[in-house]
Amino acid sequence: MDLNTKFTPQSWPDHAEQATMEGKNKFVGIWIFICSDIVLFASVFATYLSLKDKGPAGMDITAAELLGLPLAFVMTMLLLTSSLTSVYAMYHMKNYNAKGVIIWMAITVLLGLGFLGLEISEFYEYTVHEGFGFTHSAFSSSFYVLVGTHGLHVVIGLVWITGLIIRNIKRGLNLYTAPKFFAASIYWHFIDVVWVFIFTVVYLMGVLG
Amino acid sequence: MGHDTHVQEKSVAQYEYDRRKNAVEMRKQVVNFAIMILFTFIAFAVVIADFSPYFIKPIILLLAGVQVVLQLYSFMHMGEKKAAHIGIINTFVWMGAVIAFTFFLAFLTIIWW
Repeated sequence: MDLNTKFTPQSWPDHAEQATMEGKNKFVGIWIFICSDIVLFASVFATYLSLKDKGPAGMDITAAELLGLPLAFVMTMLLLTSSLTSVYAMYHMKNYNAKGVIIWMAITVLLGLGFLGLEISEFYEYTVHEGFGFTHSAFSSSFYVLVGTHGLHVVIGLVWITGLIIRNIKRGLNLYTAPKFFAASIYWHFIDVVWVFIFTVVYLMGVLG
Repeated sequence: MGHDTHVQEKSVAQYEYDRRKNAVEMRKQVVNFAIMILFTFIAFAVVIADFSPYFIKPIILLLAGVQVVLQLYSFMHMGEKKAAHIGIINTFVWMGAVIAFTFFLAFLTIIWW
């Protein structure tokens, strides 16, 4: 079976994304990358927790005063929903519906862009209006490194998925393109996993003080 | 599946069965998603309701933990026994978790202000 073999819905294999050696390798490769990312995020999370509300004398901005819940709630909903839309894309991939994959991946990108826009406006609000810049205190540095590293992952994911959509919009589905979409969707879910911890540990527990 | 394997056409019955199986699986994923949304609502609600922090903190951490397990095992297919190299993947994830735990232990006990 060649990578460029043309399929029909009837001949499309059950686990097309892992039908080739390359597909299997992509699957284990994205997971090993994610495990290294777990360690990266653990270090910035631990740094944030140990430096929360700490800073030089006179540092008077604490997490409880700074952070607001409504925006964090909307961001959480956007990212959670984008996780579901990429599951829909994988569902259409199983049914050999290339158009469905592209459409749902595009919706995922739009929701991710919404999340990113809200995060940028939040950072702008904190730095410009609250005077809570990156160099303001140990707390501000650790906050921006943690939430910013996650934001950077979102940017990379958006560029990646947009690139996949543009490159594969006319190619359709085959054993060469299916693993690419699958790896991107796994990565996108991981971004969501990290955000679940960020909204719990940074926003919800931050508001508690 | 190598280059020598041939494209196999499914029978009509098999094809229709697989389509239905995919649809049922997708419905389960939507249920998982509904659970995640519900847990998110509960987490935000208990914080806004202003209970004692000693009660809220364990609750929201537990809710986050359940949500992450749902993501890993249902959306990211970590539980699929037949997936390629799943043993390697599980080993790496648990090693990552152990290293992450060490970071939290070290940073929260050694660093003070």
